[in-house]
Amino acid sequence: MKNISPTHLIRPQPVFLNLLRIRMPVGAITSILHRITGVLLALGVPLGMVLLWHSLGSEEGFAQVQALLHQSVFQAVVVVLVWALAHHVLAGLRHMLTDINIGSTLHIARRSAWSVNVAAVAVALLALWGLS
Amino acid sequence: MMAHGNERTGRTMRTRPTGLPAWLVQRASAVYMLVFLIGVLGLAVLYPLHSYAEWKSWVARPTVTVAIALFFAALLSHMWVGLRDVLLDYARPASLRQALLWVVALGLCAAGLAMAWLLVLQQV
Repeated sequence: MKNISPTHLIRPQPVFLNLLRIRMPVGAITSILHRITGVLLALGVPLGMVLLWHSLGSEEGFAQVQALLHQSVFQAVVVVLVWALAHHVLAGLRHMLTDINIGSTLHIARRSAWSVNVAAVAVALLALWGLS
Repeated sequence: MMAHGNERTGRTMRTRPTGLPAWLVQRASAVYMLVFLIGVLGLAVLYPLHSYAEWKSWVARPTVTVAIALFFAALLSHMWVGLRDVLLDYARPASLRQALLWVVALGLCAAGLAMAWLLVLQQV
């Protein structure tokens, strides 16, 4: 059968996937960071489980986990994971509020997206300050 | 529509939960984990633990053990839905996607068993 759809009349869509040049709305940034922080947290979970296991295993294990908290490399990991958790939780809460139709108008959604992005960084800075 | 149905039954691995159950699992587990984390943070601020003995006896309290067990159940099911979504969106080709889904599924099961064993150890 002859193709009768008028696709030949439409100009081809530009393929433009340079993420650095696509101007993403703030909600898109909050959304993709929700994903990225989810994957980061998933990587942190085995670490947390090992530490929990170690801290409950023996007196020495507990002391070793406590000592780890004073090492700067570990502190950096903790700050990144705190940022990831804060962003993931806040973006998740924003998402669930949208589910029940709270804050789903564009103006408020943009404002809450900005708030989530900024608040997560603020929480991470607070953790950095608390650890140092 | 028909093609879609055949495609679904032709899948080599059941990656449930999908659709509404997955949506519910993701939210119910999220809410429980949030309450748990706020509770633990609050307790850590109000009653900081310093010694191994204190830490161990706190975890061994039945309510705490159950709360931690529920936390890991919530965490691992939340991770399954989330990681599954990510793999379904980005992992190509399909064979690699299937393999990665299996790796994640087995890893989460192993983690669940390990944490269950750790909590049982605290009770004996």
